[in-house]
Parts: sequence; C-alpha cells; structure tokens
Amino acid sequence: MIDLLRLCAFNAAYAQAIDNDELERWPSFFAERCLYRITNVENEREGLPAGIVYADSRAMLEDRIAALREANIYERQRYRHLLGIPVVASADAGGAVATTPFLVARIMATGETMVFASGEYRDRFVLAGDQLLLAERVAVCDSTVTDTLLALPL
Amino acid sequence: MSEQVIQWHGAGLTRVPYAVYTDAAMARVEQERVFRGATWNYLCLDVDLPEGGSYRTTAVGETPVIVVKDDDGEIYAFENRCAHRGALLALEKSGTVKDFQCVYHAWSYNRQGDLVGVAFEKGVKGQGGMPASFCKEEHGPRKLRVAVFCGLVFGSFSEDVPPIEEYLGEEICARIERVLHKPVQVIGRFTQALPNNWKLYVENVRDSYHASLLHLFFTTFELNRLSQKGGVIVDESGGHHVSFSMIDPAAADASYKEQGLRSDHDRYRLKDPTVLAGFTEYDDGITLQILSVFPGFVLQQIQNCLAVRQVLPTGQDRTELNWTYLGYADDTPEQRGMRLKQLNLVGPAGFISMEDGAVGGFVQRGIAGAQELEAIVEMGGDGTESSEGRATETSVRGFWKAYRAHMGIDGGTA
Repeated sequence: MIDLLRLCAFNAAYAQAIDNDELERWPSFFAERCLYRITNVENEREGLPAGIVYADSRAMLEDRIAALREANIYERQRYRHLLGIPVVASADAGGAVATTPFLVARIMATGETMVFASGEYRDRFVLAGDQLLLAERVAVCDSTVTDTLLALPL
Repeated sequence: MSEQVIQWHGAGLTRVPYAVYTDAAMARVEQERVFRGATWNYLCLDVDLPEGGSYRTTAVGETPVIVVKDDDGEIYAFENRCAHRGALLALEKSGTVKDFQCVYHAWSYNRQGDLVGVAFEKGVKGQGGMPASFCKEEHGPRKLRVAVFCGLVFGSFSEDVPPIEEYLGEEICARIERVLHKPVQVIGRFTQALPNNWKLYVENVRDSYHASLLHLFFTTFELNRLSQKGGVIVDESGGHHVSFSMIDPAAADASYKEQGLRSDHDRYRLKDPTVLAGFTEYDDGITLQILSVFPGFVLQQIQNCLAVRQVLPTGQDRTELNWTYLGYADDTPEQRGMRLKQLNLVGPAGFISMEDGAVGGFVQRGIAGAQELEAIVEMGGDGTESSEGRATETSVRGFWKAYRAHMGIDGGTA
C-alpha cells in the first residue's frame, strides 16, 4: 500500500540525490517508460504542451545527466530542494497520484544563494514489485522566467 | 552623440569597444535611435491575436507596448502608457478586451489607442473637471506602425522606416517564408533572464563561428559542423542574417580532431536517440536555419524544432529572452511529439541553448574594468558579405554595420 509517509520518504530521497550531486541516481526514481517535464503555470493554464525539459523515457533522463557531466557548459552550481507534504489525490496497492510543492534554492560557484524555482510536482507513482517509481512527474514552476539557464533537474 | 566617450578604432568593423556593453549613455541613445528609431521590432505572432479584442503586452526595447486586434481585423499597437499620468494601461500578458481603461484615474482608450474617455471630464456637480480647451484627440499613447509578414507582427515608432519587405530584403523574406509557409500553433512560451547586455545575445545568434565549438551536441551528433554544407547570408544593411547547414554524414572530416577541440569527443553517445530522430519537412535539405532581424528578432529551425525568440533589453546588463515554441497547425500527433522532444535542444535547459544563456554573462563579467579595451571580430576578414563557409564573423560585423548606421556612429568615434 502506498501511503503518505512512503511518498514523503520517496521525495526526500529524490531531492537528496540531486542536492548531493548524485545525479546518476536521479533517473532511477523513474519507471523505464515515464514522462518528466518542466513547465510553468501559464503554459499549463493555456494547455500548451512544451517543456523546457521533456523526456518520455528513463534513458532520456540518463542522457541528460551524461550531457551535464560531459557535454554542457555551465558554471558549477548546486540546489537545495525544500519539499512540502504531498497532497494525495488517490493511492492504492498499484499506484498513487499526488502533488507536492517545491522550493529550490540555487547555490552558485560564487557562493551566492538565490531562490531559483518554486512550484509543484504533479506526480503519478507506480509500484514495480516493491519499488515505488515515478511514471510521471511534471514540475510546474510558478514563475515563467528562468534565470540564465536550468542545468540540474528540478 | 553629444555624450560620446567611446572610441571606435578605425573605420572598420573588426573591433568592438567593450564600453558598448556597459555604457549607460550609449544605452539611452540606443533606445531612441535603435528601438524607437527606423527599425521594425517583433511584437507577437498574428495567431496570438485570434479575434477582435485579443491583445498581448510586449515591449520595443524597454518601451512597454500593447498589440491588439480590433473588430475590423486590423492589428494596432501603441505604448502601454496612459496619457494622463503614465501608468500602464494593460497589466496582463494577454487577454481579450472591449477597450482599455487605466486603473489609476479610469481614463479609457479604444483598441486603436485613441483616448476616448476621461473620468469626470466635466467635473462633479459643476466643480472641477478638465478645462474646456482639453482635446482628447490630441492626447494618447504613442502609436506604432504595424506590419505583418508571414504571421509575424512587427511594430515601428518610426515614420521613416521602409515597408517591412523592403526592410528585410528579398533573401531574408524568402528564408522567413521557407519556415512560416503555413499556419503555426504556439506550443509553449518560456522566458530566460540573461545576465548580460542584449547585444551580446544578438551577436551570439549571428556568430556561426562559435556554434560547433561551444556546443558539443551540435558537433558530436553532426547537427552542425563548420565542415558541413551551408552558409551565412548577410543582408545589405548588415543587420539581418541567416546561417544554415545540412546534415551530411559524408561531410564528416578530420578538421575537429586535428584541432584537438574539447567539443569533439567519441565517448558520448545517446542512450535514447529519439530526441534527434526527426522527420524531413523541407525539401531543400537544410536541417538548420537560424535567422535574425535587426535589432532583436530570431526565427529558428533546428531539425523540426521551430521557435521565435524576442530579445529585449531590461537594463545595461540584463536581457529578457522570450521563447515561443511553434508547431504547424496541421501537425500529426507524431510530428508534434517529435517537436516536443527536440525542444530539449533549445530554451533555458536546451542541450545547445543553455550555453548561449551563459556565455553572454561570461563576457559581461569578463569585460568589467576593461572598458577602454575592445573585442576582436576579424574571423573571415573584415567585410560583411555573405559566405559559404561559416568559420567567419561576417554577420557579427554586419550587426555592427547596421547598429552604427542607426546610432549615427561614423568611422571614428561614437
């Protein structure tokens, strides 16, 4: 059975993987066939489907991490995720639908910390055997503006 | 320019004083002569204004502007500024209105930007009110000329700017028509706040030299290498450009390996290559076309990834980059899905574009304290002619040719 505590623990581990720069672990929170998308409230309100990140497989998430490690140029930075308590719309033995608010601070190479993003995850979880996985995570940012660039995942 | 302090060395276009990215006096003149001068500035898409009363707020340079369709089907644009005390008339990004009313003192304007109502114009109970001599027709926000080309809505504050087709020139028109040959649909909008002067971004767009050096994605996946078939078109004014190339595996050569460039490396391969799968939709073989219109408009086709970009200064060292992602109205679900995936290449988190968001800031910070020095823009010579090769800065020089013409900067000093 999926319960609130289990979703909280999942989200805490998810955030920790990103914030501790264990990005290679990040795709493992997703099912093999999944949807991960970052958008904003205005696009969602208008039903516009594009994302600033759009992945429909775990392999695409792995490719993104490989690109960040090997290909892309950006200044060293890290995040601190503060996640709220999930609002669970439905949960049963097979899966759950929930939304969770997030606040992400970005710490730059210069030492500066700024609020980089706030919003909510709109999630669909599935159980694969005993493992809880994200079948879908849409990060809907409150702001329509991204400062400079978004390198690390939200 | 009376405030001139910036030294432009020589008559050529191969040196750019760093002060042009930091000087406040220059920025003020720029607003007047470039953005409010004889230029056409991108405002929005005509599909953004589907019916009478549809409007969008935008800006020309730093000047806030309303674009609105009236019931006559025509598009009008005027400053987003009440004639009374200067407050914004429209506060939302978009919407539908019967008319515009200033929230401050309820002065109202029709969709063509005419002042039509002054609250308590005759006073209250015979007291107060505007003088009898006050004539509403003589007051109003400044209006822009509007031109629509291939669904792109441009506006100009200038009476002297030539018609849009003439401003763009034949080659640029043809290259816009190539992409916008049928109705488009907006599929997403995102804004990127860039920590640099707007000119650094528009130079970057015109800089075909950097593309395959900075962006490993382009190089490794053969999206765009300088050795590919393609070219750079610079229009006569210098201000507009097209850079294009064709993916052609046969064109792969050893030039990158020989240079030992960081951007060419063999270990990196995609686990899910569907992000680059794409489909052929233009019969000319061109898989990448980046087009710019002076001063701040970009039309992009990278594979099947279509977008317009609007570059707006928001201060000497801040720029707003507005991305509007597009599909065609008649896309099949598969085609639309492909575009959504390829959009991973561009925008604030784009495998390619995230770096363009960063490099302008690297320059802006790098030139601090070096205002008396200058950048070198000499790759490919000193001219602004079109070029088959892309290891050139010809279209960057073209930008400066147009910029200097608008700013009234002659060969010597500003």
